[in-house]
Amino acid sequence: MSEDFNNNKTIQAQSSETISGGGAGVTPDMDYVRPAEIPDQDLYHGHSFITKWVFCQDAKVIGVQYFLTAVFTGIIGLILSWLMRLQLGFPGLAGFMTAEHYYQFVTMHGMIMVVYFLTALFLGGFGNYLIPLMVGARDMVFPYVNMVSYWMFFVAVGVLMASFFVPGGPTGSGWTLYPPQAILEGTPGSGMGILLMLISLSLFVIGFTMGGLNYLITVLQARTRGMTLMRMPLTVWGIFTATVLAMLAFPALLVSSIMMTLDKVLGTSFFMPTILKAGEVLEYGGGSPILFQHLFWFFGHPEVYIVALPAFGIVSDLISVHSRKNIFGYRMMVWAIVGIGALSFFVWAHHMYVSGMNPWFGFFFATTTLIIAVPTAMKVYNWILTLWRGNIRLNTVMLWCLGFIVTFVNGGITGIFLGNVTVDVPLSDTYFVIAHFHMVMGIAPLMVIMGAVYHWFPLVAGRMLDEGLGKWHFWLTFLGAYSIYFPMHYLGFIGVPRRYFEMYDSPYMTSAVGMNEFISLAAFIVGAAQFILIYNIIKSLKEGERAGKNPWKANSLEWFTSTVPPEHGNFGDRLPVVHRWPYDYSVPGSKEDFMPQTTPPSAVVDTEVEKT
Amino acid sequence: MSEQKIVDYEFKPGFKGMAKDTGSDQTMFKGVHWGKAMMWIFLLSDTFVFSCFLISYMKGRASTPVEWPNPSEVFALDAFGVPVPLLLIAIMTFVLITSSGTMALAVKYGYERNRKMCGWLVLATAIGGLTFVGMQAFEWSKLIHEGVRPWENPFGAPQFGSFFFMITGFHGTHVSIGVIFLFIYAYKVFAGHYDEQKRGWFTTMKGDYVEIEILGLYWHFVDLVWVFIFAFFYLW
Repeated sequence: MSEDFNNNKTIQAQSSETISGGGAGVTPDMDYVRPAEIPDQDLYHGHSFITKWVFCQDAKVIGVQYFLTAVFTGIIGLILSWLMRLQLGFPGLAGFMTAEHYYQFVTMHGMIMVVYFLTALFLGGFGNYLIPLMVGARDMVFPYVNMVSYWMFFVAVGVLMASFFVPGGPTGSGWTLYPPQAILEGTPGSGMGILLMLISLSLFVIGFTMGGLNYLITVLQARTRGMTLMRMPLTVWGIFTATVLAMLAFPALLVSSIMMTLDKVLGTSFFMPTILKAGEVLEYGGGSPILFQHLFWFFGHPEVYIVALPAFGIVSDLISVHSRKNIFGYRMMVWAIVGIGALSFFVWAHHMYVSGMNPWFGFFFATTTLIIAVPTAMKVYNWILTLWRGNIRLNTVMLWCLGFIVTFVNGGITGIFLGNVTVDVPLSDTYFVIAHFHMVMGIAPLMVIMGAVYHWFPLVAGRMLDEGLGKWHFWLTFLGAYSIYFPMHYLGFIGVPRRYFEMYDSPYMTSAVGMNEFISLAAFIVGAAQFILIYNIIKSLKEGERAGKNPWKANSLEWFTSTVPPEHGNFGDRLPVVHRWPYDYSVPGSKEDFMPQTTPPSAVVDTEVEKT
Repeated sequence: MSEQKIVDYEFKPGFKGMAKDTGSDQTMFKGVHWGKAMMWIFLLSDTFVFSCFLISYMKGRASTPVEWPNPSEVFALDAFGVPVPLLLIAIMTFVLITSSGTMALAVKYGYERNRKMCGWLVLATAIGGLTFVGMQAFEWSKLIHEGVRPWENPFGAPQFGSFFFMITGFHGTHVSIGVIFLFIYAYKVFAGHYDEQKRGWFTTMKGDYVEIEILGLYWHFVDLVWVFIFAFFYLW
């Protein structure tokens, strides 16, 4: 294979000394940046269609592959949610819908959205595309492993989708897959369905580990000259910390998947207590179902932050760019991300308040849960303070960011309700919980994803998305999502339980019926509104306005590639040299209202600052 | 990668040095090969996998309603007609720890560019690992012969067999993967791939003796995990 590499080409990142402007106050070593420690990376350039677009080792292509696969699974999840809402709003309207189908749809919707959509989209999609560009690397450090990571994910999705077509259908045990019911007869999909789910999850973990190692080492060991950790955009910080969480939390999911697979296939009793079924004692006995819950939530809670932290990071960058102001309290934002990440490993049992735990245990976890509110609130204040007196451009990206702040604060506040044991116990397993987590980790991160798509699509495709369609997309999604989840808080307070196929003639039916119909109608509209984006993308690819370089006048390195969209290798012959953080917007006295990270001090040393 | 020079950077000892490295540009771990850093982080993740297994085992053993089998009787081996507790396990552990020693020597000779010694020592490590897996297969077949199954056993709590086969099996898989790679690397050393910096299949990395050290890290980790499994299964 060695002829694939151009050994003669010695590319050296050169210092910017030649660029310096001169003038009063310029000293010779003012722009000095230490020489490169790492020799330039050799890249495997694909030649054929297969090596360029299918089994590609370019992180940007892998990112787009992750993105498209995740969106595909996300659309499946969306259709499942439509079917669920159809049943809840208009029971019996869909003739094929049985209770078994309903549980299967609930389960698959949950698992798809949390793991195969949001996690894969943020870490696999945005992580792969943005990390090398933002830290100034040519590619991920192990491009081949990165490629295998995507194809493992692809197989995992395939196995998951295959479970729709096996006898008995997909598992219907709820996305938490609690044993013993998940693998016992009577639960839908307790045969092949649950088995394929567990295999798919294990494949996902293995594939993700390969990708995650890439993200971490690229951030730690492959930054460009001058790029310190505290000069990285918050997007990179969010994805980096989320990857650390994933590397430490996914092991618990892998172990619980392996143990439950053995319970199912070999008849071991890791999670299976003695069970009487129709008067007969089953073969199982002596295991602990609570052990599964602990393992699952030791994964499951950090998983919430695996989704949330990249969203925090991305939204910080978007708000800063589009309000032309530096992010307020950058270091505080970084430490808040790291702090939230660390704390997220000590709160898992707040998902298990009703499992019969010792009250002191619940007290401990309620305390740690509420402590997380402190760094999270700091971040919200900092976003608001970044907006405060900013030169806000109220474009589609900014609208999504504002939508994020509103929905995130809303979902965060209900989180404080549910974090307290005494409040949680009556609200547990009601629609209040559904409203809470959809608001905080469904809608809020989705708002960021949409904002990020409108923000970075010009970089990926080289063309702008349509603003008018974007605004329609936003307002329909934002108002629609509120119409769905806001009434659910009320449904939860009056005690409507979650995961019920039908309410039948329950006493709270009278007020819940109309509301359920309303929620369902809103859900259909919001779901359909998402196809505006797909139309917008297709339209933009065909006839969109050319974006050119740096259409948003942003500072971070991904906008300073040699070509738009960036080619393999990202930065042409010379890697960029970084002199400053990526948030120098509206610096007093500077000619433009932005100062790219590559701007050397000598270029701005003559600027005169008006005394105020 | 290994010959990288760090120009114009003053290293400081202790905590101050760590803070300085963290705050610097380009790399956090100065002069550390990408692959080596990756292996350390992978091992941290793998530590969590084995911790989850062992904690589950402790929980399972603590809460089982049936009495746990006595390990000194179950794992005893008849030597000249006398049952000796932990005999096989002692030999297995000895072999595995010895293979860690040969691995460490292989790394030393690799960095000294002593191709032959390095190759033989990697091969010796591979054979040590293979012996360990063979003895584990013998132990498994002995227990299966005595009626121990993942779902039941004649000595007591059924979870004994479940956890034993699952955790030693998972560890044995790690050892087997290591053995496969040790054989491949032994071939690569003898064929001189690291001396001529030959590139691996499809990867962009040039061959370097640091790869022996990276595999060594994995191998020492697998040994360390065995020490914990040994303590928790055979001595508890």
